[in-house]
Amino acid sequence: MATDQSNNSSTPEQELKRRSRRSFIGLGAGAVIAVGAWEWLNSAPLQDEIPGPLRRVLGFNERVVRAAIYGQGHLVKTYPASAIGKLKVNGDIGMEMPLDTADWSLNLAPMGGPERKLTLDDVRSLPRTEEIIDFKCVEGWSTVTQFAGARLSDFTAKFAAGSESAAFVAMWTPSKDYYVGVDMPSALHPQTLLAYEMNGQPLTDRHGAPLRMVMPVKYGIKNIKRIGRIEYTNERPADYWAEQGYDYYSGL
Amino acid sequence: MKVLAEKHKLATRWFHWLNFPLLAAMIFSGILIYWAYDPYRIGIGGHTLFHFFPNWFYDLTGVAQNLALGMALHFAFAWLFVINGIAYMLYTLISGEWRELAPDRNSFREALQVTMHDMGFKVPLPPQGRYNGAQRITYSAIVLMGGFSILTGLAIFKPAQLHWLTAALGGYEWARWEHFWLTMGYVAFFVIHIAQVIRAGWANFRAMVCGYDLVNIDASHEEPVAEVTHGN
Repeated sequence: MATDQSNNSSTPEQELKRRSRRSFIGLGAGAVIAVGAWEWLNSAPLQDEIPGPLRRVLGFNERVVRAAIYGQGHLVKTYPASAIGKLKVNGDIGMEMPLDTADWSLNLAPMGGPERKLTLDDVRSLPRTEEIIDFKCVEGWSTVTQFAGARLSDFTAKFAAGSESAAFVAMWTPSKDYYVGVDMPSALHPQTLLAYEMNGQPLTDRHGAPLRMVMPVKYGIKNIKRIGRIEYTNERPADYWAEQGYDYYSGL
Repeated sequence: MKVLAEKHKLATRWFHWLNFPLLAAMIFSGILIYWAYDPYRIGIGGHTLFHFFPNWFYDLTGVAQNLALGMALHFAFAWLFVINGIAYMLYTLISGEWRELAPDRNSFREALQVTMHDMGFKVPLPPQGRYNGAQRITYSAIVLMGGFSILTGLAIFKPAQLHWLTAALGGYEWARWEHFWLTMGYVAFFVIHIAQVIRAGWANFRAMVCGYDLVNIDASHEEPVAEVTHGN
């Protein structure tokens, strides 16, 4: 145990008092700084519903994750059919009104190319890809669910060739009330589907018929239902839940 | 004769007092997140003794409806919490301070004696260095738990990219369960820790702030003998 007897001009009691006073002033100053920093953070101007500094950290986290750990070959775990649970319907923004599927078509805007309309049969003409994955909600729960559809990468190669070089994919419901923006690597991930089947049945209206995103590398908030329009773009698209304070990237 | 003796290194005190508000921020933002899906409880079969958390708790703390803010806070303060934790680990390993903290072969027997003594039984306190057996075990466990909080947190944060980590911890849902109960462990530790600090008295607390305390030098010994300050 180290002892301090160097200061002969004062008694140990005086020395302790001196050190103690200095340290408690330091601790108090630290507490004031900590409270001040917390207040500063929580009163900073909001950027999409959360304090600006926090929004910038989310952006920083995204860059770190995309540079350091994201991999196109990193596949999410898949499950046997016996693990399938009952996926609850957790949102109907943009789907408040019933959809006339006969009237539905998919508006596609490739990079620099002319816009076109596609049908569900166009999507079905692509190789059918099936996966049983753990669908994860940003709220914290998850449900093992089976989906089938076309890989968005296959879809892009066939109907929007060249658009792979875009930075983002934007999607909207037909009503434009719900919309997401997705970074291109996640959009082209081999487990990202334009799904038309769930648990062996055609998608129900509440689960996003006739066509929805299934992107197991993202939280459910990015897995838009009832897609009406797909656009490839270099401009970061608007995103419904990011505007409500959530992380734009929301990657898993 | 009394002399001034160093009880806690400057670095240790910095890590400790930085960790306090950082862990508090992590727990607070963690509750903001947990609120959105709060399935954990203590119970037997279908009978729930305590649900984490009852509505009065959410009303009292005002954490409801703040998932987005909670996530943003959690993933920002996590950097500071992790950096402070790793810096502490490096410091204690490189300086050799860990030897004063890690339990040795006597610690478990001593811990039992200390616990019995603190509970009021007539058990003599074993001789001790900077930390007694109970402190060695508890503090080392807390450091270890901190490591597991980081790992389980990463497993929930990026279960797709870090699928090997998530799998090693028992899967996504187990990792969240583990992350939650580790946090409850800190809360339990905090309550006991504060009670013991109060019991141990002012000189003990002052030593954690300024690093020093007065000790008696026994005339027959070369080395100063520390007053027994156990139990924080």
